[in-house]
Formats: sequence, structure tokens, C-alpha cells
Amino acid sequence: MAREAELHLRDRLSRLKSIGLLRGASISGELARLQRQLEKTSEPTDQEIWQHVELARHPDRPYTLDYVERIFDDFVELHGDRARAEDPAMITGLGRLHGRTIAVLGQQKGRDTHDRIRRNYGMTYPEGYRKAMRVMEMAERHRFPVVSLVDTPGAYPGVAAEQHGQGGAIARSQALMSRLTVPIVACVIGEGGSGGAIAIALADRVLMQENAMYSVISPEGCAAILWRTGEERVKAAAALKPDAAHTLALGVIDAIVPEPEGGAHTNWDEAARLLGEALQSSMEDLSAIPGDELRRRRRARFRSLGVYASSTVSTDLSTEETPTPK
Amino acid sequence: MAERIDISIEHRNVPEPLNDKPHPNTCPRCGSHYRDDELAENLHVCPHCNHHFAVRARQRIAQLADEGTFEEEAAELRSQDPLEFFDVRAYTERLVEAEQKTGQGDAMVIGGAAIERVPCEVAVMDFAFMGGSMGSVVGEKFCRACESAAGRGVTLVSVTASGGARMQEGILSLMQLPKTVCAVEDLKDAGGAMISVMGHPTTAGVLASFASLGDVIVAEPGALLAFTGPRVVQQTTREKLPEDFGLAESNVRFGHVDAIVGRRDLRPYLGRVLRLFSKNGAHGA
Repeated sequence: MAREAELHLRDRLSRLKSIGLLRGASISGELARLQRQLEKTSEPTDQEIWQHVELARHPDRPYTLDYVERIFDDFVELHGDRARAEDPAMITGLGRLHGRTIAVLGQQKGRDTHDRIRRNYGMTYPEGYRKAMRVMEMAERHRFPVVSLVDTPGAYPGVAAEQHGQGGAIARSQALMSRLTVPIVACVIGEGGSGGAIAIALADRVLMQENAMYSVISPEGCAAILWRTGEERVKAAAALKPDAAHTLALGVIDAIVPEPEGGAHTNWDEAARLLGEALQSSMEDLSAIPGDELRRRRRARFRSLGVYASSTVSTDLSTEETPTPK
Repeated sequence: MAERIDISIEHRNVPEPLNDKPHPNTCPRCGSHYRDDELAENLHVCPHCNHHFAVRARQRIAQLADEGTFEEEAAELRSQDPLEFFDVRAYTERLVEAEQKTGQGDAMVIGGAAIERVPCEVAVMDFAFMGGSMGSVVGEKFCRACESAAGRGVTLVSVTASGGARMQEGILSLMQLPKTVCAVEDLKDAGGAMISVMGHPTTAGVLASFASLGDVIVAEPGALLAFTGPRVVQQTTREKLPEDFGLAESNVRFGHVDAIVGRRDLRPYLGRVLRLFSKNGAHGA
């Protein structure tokens, strides 16, 4: 009986996905509901969650530029933060989506060894965030909507990055995004690695590809801290639940962007078509909303995230140490 | 720091180290040992070498706020366990233990207060509660402090001491970064100001969100203010770290904070800045 119910849910879920899943975030509520019901009957195993992590990091997965050249027309890449450096781990530029000029941001990983080193494995320096901020400010001035593609293991943890203000750059990039009055659509297309990811993901619509991951810490990092060995990364991933379905159920993302059967790496063109459709439909939903209202709703969206309770127990449990002369 | 002159009388009462950890009242820098009342009297600063000991949230408020002015808000908020997170222990178990150990509901205390007779709002973190990590409750409390400050037209004083986001709340803890950032922006849009006091340590998710957005940012001497701590940077990059890596002193040099203010000077400093930001410029006189 339970098995039958599960099959029925899976069937409905797959039909939802096959209609493009994303026709705006409008059906995401329905999807979330189905997903939650499905999870009641079959919570994914640790291995299944780990598979998402591996797919999100698949070396043949399309990266930001692969999507940009397939989705946007007349793309012009812009370089440099106008202050100190050019960070190749962050792509910024202008392109057209269905005729409309869009400001595009996104982290870029490298394809071969040389490229990976040059792109610093998609780990952004503060200069990269400042470049993104410069382009977002320009977008605001010219009323260009912003598309942000997130794919980073995290912001770069190095001496120079700290000296150049990594923490402050991530904070200020988010602050700027909370001030923009143009539509912002973000999509996690691979690894949504912690602060490095949220720095460019404070958006009106936050999407996530089916096999992407979005997490506060890498499973390896979490395992090293809580299990005291990086070997327990599968367990850590299962505990962190960084997969799209869980992230959607927690209300952190608005919708899941489907990938071709087997994952985005099996068919880049199809993956790009599905992503492009999702970006376009989200933009359509947002384009009618006045700028001030857009910003108000964007802030309210993030303001509402979190799960907590009000305790009825007496709060005065103060155990302040009383001085005990020795 | 200069080698401490070994005067045996100051070592006389140092208790034997427990599990290799020095006694919390023993200065980790110079080895001087103090009674609780001596430490409290000195605002938890070592009179010998100026090492700033950790201060609990309520001690900090007592040090900064005018006596009897603090009125706590949102004390009833408690963390939940949305992910049913279990590593070697359940998150719920860690929460109960942290509350019993610290007497705090979570890692932040907020409320209205006055500092040198200038009314303000304070949001103070408590490192003793799960490393001052920011989960849903810390995020929510900080947002309420912003709203309370905006509502009363006063400046927000934030005092941070945190290892970053609370990973037991998974992606929801990461979402406290944009959440608190939006709250600061709302406060600023309402004409409010925020003074950020960075205590030791202010790292990762807290540094990468509200703490870095103060109109004025000050740091305590010797505080670690880094997005990534020295151990992880060393492990990941194998770079040679400068001696003052990530410390407040280095952050001043690179232009990330306005000043280093010692704990004994903090209250008058905050009073002066609060008066400068108050609407008529001459609050409390």
C-alpha cells in the first residue's frame, strides 16, 4: 500500500518535471508538497545524497561560461574590479536573453589543469566579489536585470584573500544585492559553497539545478570538525542535506531546474535549454513588479528564513559565576 | 609579546591544568592567574599583559550598559532541529547541554539599554554557547534588534564573538547571512546607525554578514577577525602565515576596521560615537 502511494507520488512528480518544472516558481509549491509527501515514504539514503554531491562536482558538468554561451546572445565579458585585480574565478558581463539586456555574474571553474589553476577552482577572491558589485551597480543604473550563476566550493581561504577583506566583501556584496531595484534571479548550477555562494545569491528568485548542492560547509569540512575525520564525508553530507529536494523543502530555494536524464554533464545543450527556460520564466514573473516592491519582497523573503521556537520555560536560568574568593 | 618575568608569587595559586587546558582564569599569554573577582574587577583583561579574556554576553552587557537600563528582548526564542541533525550526537542534545552549561537560550542576547546615558539597542554574542555559532535563533534575534533599534530611533551596538554559522542547521544557518544583512539594510534605510564591536573571535559567517556592515567597526586587541581561520588556511594553501594573520592589528593595517579599542576604553568610546550619531548630536550631555 505504502509502495503504491509512493509510485503514485513519483509519477506525479515526474509529470510535474516533464512540463518544464519551472514554469515560474508558480508550481514549486505543489512540487514542494509532493516532494515532502514522497520523502515521508522514502527518505533518501546516505548514498543517494552523496550521489548528488558527486554529480554537483562532476568534472564534465557544464560551467558558467558553457551556459552563458548557450543561453545569452551577444555576450560581452567584463573584467576587473577597477581597484586592484581581475579575478578569473568570477565571470561578469552583459548579454541578451530574449532580446533584453541582462547583467550576468557567476563563478567559473576550470576545465583542464591549467585552466583550473587560472580560475582558482572557482574559488573567488574579494576582488571577484568587488567586480561583481561593480557590474551590479551598473545594472542598477541602466535597469538591467541580474542573472547570477552560483558554482563554487567556497570563497578562497588564503592569506591574500583575508588581507584584502574576504569577509567584508561577501557581506557588502549581499548588502548591495539587498538594495538593488532590478530583478535578480540566481541559480545554483553546481556547488553552492557557503559564504562564497551566498555572496552572489541574495536574489528575488533562487533556483537550483536538480543535481546541484547548496551547503553551509563542505561535507569534508563538516566531517573534519564534527567527526574529527574527513573520511566521514558521506555521513556528513547526509546530515547536512545539501541536495535540491531538501533545500526546496526548507524554503531556501523557490524551484528546482530539471536536468537531462543522467545529469547536466550528459547533454550540455539540453541542460542549457532547461536552465534558459527557467531563467526566462522567472524574469517574466518579476518584470511586472515595481523596483521598490521587488526590493521589499526580496528582503522579506530572506527575513523569513529560519526555524525556531518560543520557549515557555522561565528564561532566567542565569548561572553567572558568583565570585568565590580563594 | 614580551617574555613574562617569572615571579613565583604570581604562579603560586595556578591550579594544575585539566585535560591539558589551562584554567579559564589563567592568562594564556603570560600565565598569571586571577580570582574570579579580580578578573571581573579588571573587565576580564589581564592587568599584567593586557590579554583580553573571553567575556560572556551578560558580563559584556554589565560592562557596557548603564546600571539597570538593560531590558532584554526575545529571550524566549529557542533553536529547533529542522534537519534532525545527528553527527556523533544529536543536535538537540548539544542544545540542551549548551543551555545548561551557559544559562543562555542561544548564542545571542539582545535588548534595549543606555550607554553613558545615550539610549541604544544592544545585540551581544556569547561564545560559550556552541562557539557563538549563528543559527536561526541568532539570526532572528539580530533582526529583531535591528527592528527594535529602527522603531525607537536609536543606534544598534553589536558585539560579536563567533566561530561562524551553525552547521547543525545546515543550509538554514547559511541563510542567516542574507537575513541579517537585509535587517541591517532595513535599519540603515530607516535612518539608523550600527556600531560593530568585533570581539575574539569574529569569523566566517558572522564576519561575512552583519558584523562587517557597521557604520563604525571597532575590534578588541588581539581578536581573530578572519573569514577563514589560520589552521584551515594553512592546511588548504600550505602558505606561510604572517605572525599576525587575521588578528585585529592586521585588520586595522589593511583597512578593514576603524580602530582597536581596549575593553577598559570601550564604554567611553561607544558613548562618544553614540552621541555623534544621535539625532541632535548632543544626547545625554
